[in-house]
Amino acid sequence: MSYLRLKAFSLPRTLGILENYLFILPAVAIFSIFYVYPFYEIFNLSLHDWNGISLTRQFIGLGNFKELAQDKIWWSSIWHAGYITFIALTFQNALAFALALACDQDIRMRKFYRIVFYIPPVLSEVVVGLIWQWILYSGMQDGQHIGLLNYFLNWVGMPHLVHNWLSDPKTALTCVAIVHSWKGFGWGFIILLAGLQTIDRQLYEAARVDGANSWTMFRHVTIPMMIPVLLVVVILTILGSMQVFVLVLSMVGQGLVYHTEVPVTRILASMTGTNQFGYACAQGIVFGLLLMVISFIQIKISKNTKQA
Amino acid sequence: MKRVALFSLILLVCAGCAKTAKDTNTLHIWHWMTDRDEAFSTLAAKYEQETGVKVVFELYAPSESYQQKIIAAAQARVLPDIFGILDKKSIMAAFIESGFVADLTEHFKANDGAWEKTLFPKALAVNTFTDGNVSKIKPGIYGVPIDVTNIQMLYNKTLLEKAGIKTPPKTFNEFLADIEALNRVGVPGLVSGWGELWLADAFASNYAFNIMGEEKIMATYRGEVPYTDPDWIKVLKVFATLREAGALAEGTVNKANKYAEQDFALQRAAFTFNGSWCVNVYHDMNPDLKYGAMLPPAISADHPMMIWGGAGSSFVVNNSSPVKEKAIAFLKWLTEKDQQAFLAEETKNLPSNRNALSSIPSILSEFAQVMDQTTHPTVWEYNEDPLVIEAFDKGIQSIIIGETTPEDVAVEVQRIKERQMKKAKR
Repeated sequence: MSYLRLKAFSLPRTLGILENYLFILPAVAIFSIFYVYPFYEIFNLSLHDWNGISLTRQFIGLGNFKELAQDKIWWSSIWHAGYITFIALTFQNALAFALALACDQDIRMRKFYRIVFYIPPVLSEVVVGLIWQWILYSGMQDGQHIGLLNYFLNWVGMPHLVHNWLSDPKTALTCVAIVHSWKGFGWGFIILLAGLQTIDRQLYEAARVDGANSWTMFRHVTIPMMIPVLLVVVILTILGSMQVFVLVLSMVGQGLVYHTEVPVTRILASMTGTNQFGYACAQGIVFGLLLMVISFIQIKISKNTKQA
Repeated sequence: MKRVALFSLILLVCAGCAKTAKDTNTLHIWHWMTDRDEAFSTLAAKYEQETGVKVVFELYAPSESYQQKIIAAAQARVLPDIFGILDKKSIMAAFIESGFVADLTEHFKANDGAWEKTLFPKALAVNTFTDGNVSKIKPGIYGVPIDVTNIQMLYNKTLLEKAGIKTPPKTFNEFLADIEALNRVGVPGLVSGWGELWLADAFASNYAFNIMGEEKIMATYRGEVPYTDPDWIKVLKVFATLREAGALAEGTVNKANKYAEQDFALQRAAFTFNGSWCVNVYHDMNPDLKYGAMLPPAISADHPMMIWGGAGSSFVVNNSSPVKEKAIAFLKWLTEKDQQAFLAEETKNLPSNRNALSSIPSILSEFAQVMDQTTHPTVWEYNEDPLVIEAFDKGIQSIIIGETTPEDVAVEVQRIKERQMKKAKR
């Protein structure tokens, strides 16, 4: 018994264990400082009323979350992000898939198209926003439209379509969503093209021998083989689109009433506009949880699809 | 070998935690003024030559990012020796309350108030907390204005002439008549960067002062007068009238001010609402632009039209800076006549030192003439809750796009005001 105890408290062994822990200490410290502590601090702040500067914070429990539950502007901002995501899921991914399919064929200048389609994603969102702001500009000088789109519409004889694109609540958010899709389709294009190129060509040969036409091959070979890749693209699109904000800020600034608000711009407004740091943290937590739930659902669907 | 690595790691961690020694002959200043960066560097070199003290100006733009950086630096207790607080007076009060800002009163009052007397009182007022201030800050002067500014309306002389308008409008009705004349010749009327909500808020505030006077505005902020009061509805109706008269250039509702400045400089609109800093901007964009400054045309004769103005940019001194006295000495030097005249000449901003006014361009003189008619939220006794301001400003936007009526906006703003008051009581 005493021998066992002695063994348990053996100094060299204890030192060895401590030494091992010491070696993982930097990794644990980095993880704690940059992940655990910020998460804790954000959660802690969300339970306080704080202007971001004062040395004192007032503990209000779940007050910020209760207020958030009734904040119509916040929930409409989530709806707006959902709308942008819907456009991205449909328009952006359909475009990406169509172009990936085209570039997967034996066409001329294939490499050139790949480069061109990948240019928008590598451009800064601020630059893209400013370029499109100029394209959609609605001002005039000496009776001439200055914005490229309105100028073009006028030039091709469709002046009735000339519009105040970014200052009309009916079109502003859709414009942002389309530009977001334009900027983002390159990512989907590259991933989908990579996916298409992994499909065994023999499957197509076999289908052709069985008398399948292009549409049948697309439906029964391409689509089933691409489902895992499509799911990845869908997950990335949803996460990226829900968090869009730089483009919104660069295209419509502080917004058009509340019609172009998205969750991140609301968090920013709470933090820097109205100095409600605790409320902003509560918004961040709720939004983060929402994205986590969406991701979990998608992972579940992905697993089920793979099993099927 | 393992032990050597372990020892090195511990040493590295300890070294990383050690405090770095502060160079006591160098002043670090964080600023956001892109247009003044070069002039600041020139002055810093001059100051080093004269005193041997090195001054490092670090530029962080745009101002929104700067604002966030300052707040983050305050939270991390790493503020520089001199910095600016680009925010509401309540935020400045929070900085002072937390011990981040030095009280400069003693320095301003020394030698029978020699330093204080050289500066525009309106500019100093922004940085001053008076007896019985709502923030309960110890009365005193906490910041140094390096220039003054005010926000007025500007008119394009060429475009007004094109529409047959001889003199700029003095009343709101005259303004509407001018808009009609301008519309007839296809010239857009008023452009402004109301996508930056504070600018629309400033415009509304001008008319609030003109329609109901300061006392009633403050009573509203205290919660004694509701936003549904007919005078507030009259203020909101200004925007409805501008919309109905076709006075606003396309996109004004959510245009960034830099684009509004571009539109005015390139003669795409006859009027604009902008600050005195625009003189520099317009000079760069179109040196041949012929324009003048005017007060927003008054609606009522009962109260004077008050415009936003006062200190343009101010610096404060970090209270825990080891070179606090040197920082104060530098700011004193920066606001002396010669340095102020140099800054005004180089950057086309109004100097905060009144003795430097003699050397400013004529258009700036037009701005300087109405400094007595300036006011600003930072000098008001009470400030409105930021959420109420947001609702009010967004309401203005919704009126401009024809989505809501002034009456509906007033009801919504009042609803938020009551909610915030209840919250404050709790």
